[in-house]
Amino acid sequence: MTALLNIKALNAYYGQVQALHGLEFTLREGSVTTLLGANGAGKTTTLRAICNMVRTSGAIEFNGASLSSRSTENIVRLGIAHVPQGRGTFTTMTVEENLQLGAITRGDRTAVISDIERMYVHFPVLKQRHTQQAGTLSGGEQQMLAVARALMLRPRLMLLDEPSFGLAPLIVRDLFKILGKINREEKVTILVVEQNAQLALELADHAYVIETGRIVMSGSANEIANNEDVRKSYLGY
Amino acid sequence: MELFTNQILAGIATGAIYACMALAVVMIYQAIDHLNFAQGEMAMFSTFVSWQLMQWGVPYWGAFLLTLVFSFAGGIAIERLLFKPLAKAPILTNVAGFIALFAIINSVAGLIWDFTIKQYPTPFGSAPFLGSQLISTHQAGMIGVTVLLLIALYVFFRFTRIGLAMRAAASVPESARLVGINTSWMIALGWGMAAAIGSIAGMLIAPVVFLEPNMMGGVLIYGFAAAVLGGLTSPFGAVVGGFLVGIFENLAGTYIPGIGNELKLPIALALIITVLVVKPAGLFGRPIIKRV
Repeated sequence: MTALLNIKALNAYYGQVQALHGLEFTLREGSVTTLLGANGAGKTTTLRAICNMVRTSGAIEFNGASLSSRSTENIVRLGIAHVPQGRGTFTTMTVEENLQLGAITRGDRTAVISDIERMYVHFPVLKQRHTQQAGTLSGGEQQMLAVARALMLRPRLMLLDEPSFGLAPLIVRDLFKILGKINREEKVTILVVEQNAQLALELADHAYVIETGRIVMSGSANEIANNEDVRKSYLGY
Repeated sequence: MELFTNQILAGIATGAIYACMALAVVMIYQAIDHLNFAQGEMAMFSTFVSWQLMQWGVPYWGAFLLTLVFSFAGGIAIERLLFKPLAKAPILTNVAGFIALFAIINSVAGLIWDFTIKQYPTPFGSAPFLGSQLISTHQAGMIGVTVLLLIALYVFFRFTRIGLAMRAAASVPESARLVGINTSWMIALGWGMAAAIGSIAGMLIAPVVFLEPNMMGGVLIYGFAAAVLGGLTSPFGAVVGGFLVGIFENLAGTYIPGIGNELKLPIALALIITVLVVKPAGLFGRPIIKRV
């Protein structure tokens, strides 16, 4: 098993405040990994650090190449799609334009058009609304759009920042079902940050627990789900 | 009645120029959230460059195209050298930057070409348009060129990949970077295009106001008024605002006693203030709602 992403001794800073303290973890190619932790533990910061959106030191290697000195847009071009917290929808543009933007770095136009059709198969609701302004979509629909937009990159790695946030439980179930399908069918490696630990652990193969900027626990999703401390702190039983 | 029609048409013609200036202002505002006070001076400098080229024997349309290229490159250079380093600076620093740019361009133009008024040619002639006394061929040309420009811009932003990328970078910069768009260059591109659009306005209005370093002062204020009226977040609104302001200016000058040419500028300023008080988002702009 090769590591697609390899993070070593990662520190991240917001101004004078250090948010990550020597974080280390790896992602296996083709896996779904979840990063669990309380508010402010550094989950979002970790994702932002991978895309060089915060000041960092340490080593981040993607597919053998160092990401540290690359700009966000160049990291994305390597095949890392980031679905940010709050979804980052281009609200004034149509659903279809949002999807086109996901593939804006790709030159293969005919493949992009067929990929848009493929997204409409994954997410039928987006097809119904494809000419609508994305800002008029419901929260759940916008989250679907954000995932579809990320997939339009044909990424090797997809980073998801709290995809369940603010969504109704049924919609979250749907979304996670689709994420599992995407992982299996499109061979996209997924790193998902979640507060909904139960759902994330059902989807994931592997899990890390992060506390105040450090990894404090690592294991298969099963092990972590059965760990007593995790159950008490994150699963609530 | 003929006077009224005449004033409306003349208003549309100058309105076309205001529309161009407003569009240039809105493009930069969309990209960096600041009003470019030097937009008029940039246009004036470009117009001088085209005049110089013609003095050297380049035919009008050749000079026109070369000036567009020069302005585009110049706009990008200004962004890279002056405003990219200021991107994260406070508002006032940026305002100071714009004023400095204004003063520098104005003085340099005066230094090179001095402050005497120069004639500027029109490629359209100044005969009555289609034999009618209502509007001259140059005024018709101003409207025609502006309409062509607007169509070209619409097609560019609506149907090309780079146009889509520029819109994305202007609307949600962070998301734009996350789909792989180099937002910094999109801003530079916006500056280049704004400078080129401004230069078109300058070259079209120069035969009317004559060529001199302060020629664009009034025009820019009307451009601001147009942009505010249409809504600073809406390029379409800026264009509509431009035409409305042009018509309004002409009708007010003709029919409201005591206004005449001298009080035309205060009218523009009064319009800006009225819009900001009554409908701050303008006719077509989106109200900016911030979550706190």
